[in-house]
Amino acid sequence: MAVTRAKTSSVAQGPSTSKTFLAGNPVILPGSYESIATVTVTAAGGQASVEFTSIVGTYKHLQIRYMARCAGAYGAADPSAMRGEFNSDTTTTNYYSHFIRGNGASATAGANNGPNYFGWVPNNSITSGIFGVGVIDILDYADTNKNKTSRTLTGFDTNGGGSAYLTSHLWKNTAAITNIKLTAYDGNLVQNSTFALYGIK
Amino acid sequence: MPQTYTPIATNTLGTAVSTVTFSSIPSTYTDLILVFDGTAASATYSGIRFNGDTGNNYSYTYLAGNGSTAVSSRSTNAPEMYTSTGNTVTTSQNNTIVHIQNYSNTTTFKTALIRNNSSSVETTAAVGLWRNTAAITSITFKTPSVNFTVGSTFTLYGILKA
Repeated sequence: MAVTRAKTSSVAQGPSTSKTFLAGNPVILPGSYESIATVTVTAAGGQASVEFTSIVGTYKHLQIRYMARCAGAYGAADPSAMRGEFNSDTTTTNYYSHFIRGNGASATAGANNGPNYFGWVPNNSITSGIFGVGVIDILDYADTNKNKTSRTLTGFDTNGGGSAYLTSHLWKNTAAITNIKLTAYDGNLVQNSTFALYGIK
Repeated sequence: MPQTYTPIATNTLGTAVSTVTFSSIPSTYTDLILVFDGTAASATYSGIRFNGDTGNNYSYTYLAGNGSTAVSSRSTNAPEMYTSTGNTVTTSQNNTIVHIQNYSNTTTFKTALIRNNSSSVETTAAVGLWRNTAAITSITFKTPSVNFTVGSTFTLYGILKA
């Protein structure tokens, strides 16, 4: 299955500022948030994953904003996880995720070993035209003194189903993140799914 | 690469009103972010409507914590996309951030992520759906009738993709 890579080298730099635009925080000072690369799934049959490569280390934080759906049929009540790997590290014990989920009936929490669980997206068992959305914040991604942490606000609603999620993640590695791969657990990412990577100064 | 996260419009209330509308939103951005920071004259709920649609075409699922318990519930076939779980917009400071992804595409229904922080009541994460594939060109942030107080701010930002 095809993997689309968005190479992000040669990023022009604007003026430096110190404010944050992380999801959930107040928006303060436009000008410190830059678009790095975007991948849109255009193939009618979708594609297995999207990948941002050669990410430059000149920003403070990264943010990924996505709208996605996958082609599997795992079940409407338990749709597909959106999983993320850094720097092609596939060792599951190097990752750990926590989540809290509201499914319209109850609030539940859990944890996972394995690739970062960056949220959950609708699959073919859910009405067509409904996509999940998410905002992923990856903090201090280029700081080689820290293991890497990230967080998300994600969810989807189906007019009677769906969930809202808050998640957090650990990658036990101090390397600068230069590569991010996103994969739906349950089938291809469908046509019109989009993933946009931003740098925050 | 282009700097983005551009303020499209800001409204700081000089007169108390119960609705604030951003209209003629250009389609040139990828995502929209609406930020409300303010108070209401009395406890009320809030919501948004797109393109003036007052039909029962909205739904909403939330996760909230009120200091003692975490809960989740939803609304279906609603006349607006709620941005608070109930009467949690109060005389105490409140902020709401709404992320609207791919708002101008005409292929998919529109899904929004909502974070609401009611300083006196609870914190909320939510997701809303507008069952319409039209490009969003206007957004109305509203209460049923209670006024937002003078000084409340409403700002609409646009984000571009590469």
